[in-house]
Amino acid sequence: MVYAFVLFLLASVLFAADALKHEAAELLQDSPEMIVQRLVAGRQEQIPTTYIASIKQIRGVQSVEPRLWGYYFDSYSGANYTLMVSTALMDHSGEIIIGPGVSRRSAAEGPVQVLGKKSIIPFKTSDGSVLPLQVRGLLPSATELVTADLILMSEADFRKIFALADNRATDLILKVRNTKELATIATKITERHPDTRPILREDILRTYAAIFDWRGGVVLMVLSGALLAFIILAWDKATGLSAEEKREIGILKAVGWETSDILLMKFWEGAVLSLTSFFIGVVIAYLHLFVGSAMLFEPVLKGWSVLHANFRLTPYITVYQLATLFFLTVLPYTVITIIPSWRSATIDPDSVMRV
Amino acid sequence: MIRLENIRKVFNGGKPNEFVAIDGIDLSIKFHEVTALTGPSGSGKTTLLSILGCMSRPSSGRITLQDREMTSLPERFLTEIRRDTFGIIFQQFNLIKGLSPLENVMIPAYPTGEKFTVLSRRAMELLEMLGLAGKAHAKVEWLSGGEAQRTAIARALINNPDIIIADEPTAHLDTRLSREFMEIMRQLKKQGKTLVIASHDPMVSASDVVDRLVRVRDGKIVATEQGR
Repeated sequence: MVYAFVLFLLASVLFAADALKHEAAELLQDSPEMIVQRLVAGRQEQIPTTYIASIKQIRGVQSVEPRLWGYYFDSYSGANYTLMVSTALMDHSGEIIIGPGVSRRSAAEGPVQVLGKKSIIPFKTSDGSVLPLQVRGLLPSATELVTADLILMSEADFRKIFALADNRATDLILKVRNTKELATIATKITERHPDTRPILREDILRTYAAIFDWRGGVVLMVLSGALLAFIILAWDKATGLSAEEKREIGILKAVGWETSDILLMKFWEGAVLSLTSFFIGVVIAYLHLFVGSAMLFEPVLKGWSVLHANFRLTPYITVYQLATLFFLTVLPYTVITIIPSWRSATIDPDSVMRV
Repeated sequence: MIRLENIRKVFNGGKPNEFVAIDGIDLSIKFHEVTALTGPSGSGKTTLLSILGCMSRPSSGRITLQDREMTSLPERFLTEIRRDTFGIIFQQFNLIKGLSPLENVMIPAYPTGEKFTVLSRRAMELLEMLGLAGKAHAKVEWLSGGEAQRTAIARALINNPDIIIADEPTAHLDTRLSREFMEIMRQLKKQGKTLVIASHDPMVSASDVVDRLVRVRDGKIVATEQGR
């Protein structure tokens, strides 16, 4: 039981760390090559869309698109949503697509409200009026790590909520013909518009990596604990047999078993125990992480979103992970448990006559 | 014949707590006879029995089994002899908990590599012979003292040994069960087995099953008598 629990911890940590990395990789795949932000007094400000034309003229720039996004505090649930304009909703004013976390919109105190298609979310605009928007669809839960608190809407609705002028955008995203020219293009942009800050994909990568590394670090701490528990368990096994086990070995020797027969039996015993615990541990870890929303690690993993959503990792397990776990646990455990048996199996068989 | 010549067994030799358990014993045990070793606790009966049954080696002296010198044999051969020639009944029965009587009986035969079905059938026959067929699949923890004793006897017989060694077999049995045990010994004697029983129970030493009585005290043989 203890062994299966330790294996469950180890497997959980290993799978969680890798699933996180996998999510991170998926997330970064779609990030733009360059983002241009405008800074005023060191803070990000809205960028005038007039910049688009001049940036487009820079050689090597393939396209420049304005992006509109921001944060919205929902007083009903007490959570911050990320609002973003989607071109897919350009002709669907009054409609929104919501992330899985938003669909489970819960009151700060009170019952959980499950939102589906056709549900209405009222938004408070900056002039104090209420803008009710209807849910057109839901984002897939597979990407919940980053889309939990996301609401996609039309440009018109976004501008209405935040009273944003038509010639302003949150930032600009660029596509370039040759990624090797990114640095040069970035320099040219800052020359033309000294109040801007171009952010390259590498910078974004670094930021995300830091976030995931931090989480990985916390997970690693748990892993160290689990590993330590495993070592103690194995050490306990290696340093001694119970009086009952010693007696059994003595009986077997007395009735004609050779030392090698006993070691073979103990090997199989250890292997069966180890493998059973391995499978139980792995299955429970899988259920815990990917079905049970990683209940034990939730406080660490959920830090990403301000919305207290049900965190659910996308199942991601490879043969490599399983092999790592197998060679880290089953093999050493099986070998270690043989040592005390060998020590006991070399004792005189007449010891059982004196108990 | 098993012959013991000038057997000595010293525990913790050369240390302050040195203890001489067997002190120069010469003994011949004839085949197809029942020999009882009797004497008070601590007289050396169990030590002598374990040396006889190849479970421990003497500190000095020679043991021969049918003219084969056993004292200098390597451990592997001793194990083989112990398995094939001797059947051992322990004072505490020494059954393995968590297993059934049937599985316990089969244990000494596993290293022989005999086919499981054949082995299982033979073990079942032995349990039937000893009136334990109904309990063959129960857990040994649930057996009564007498049933555990008979399971231990069946285990001692599974490899069809020529010599049965029993250490204080009636120590945990009441009078009725002790008599029952001696009856089983009588049957085994009839089948031509050689029996060596260490006991300080008068029920054993006074039994007419016993052919020879060897009295042991302080690690020495003090008298050898014919049985009743």
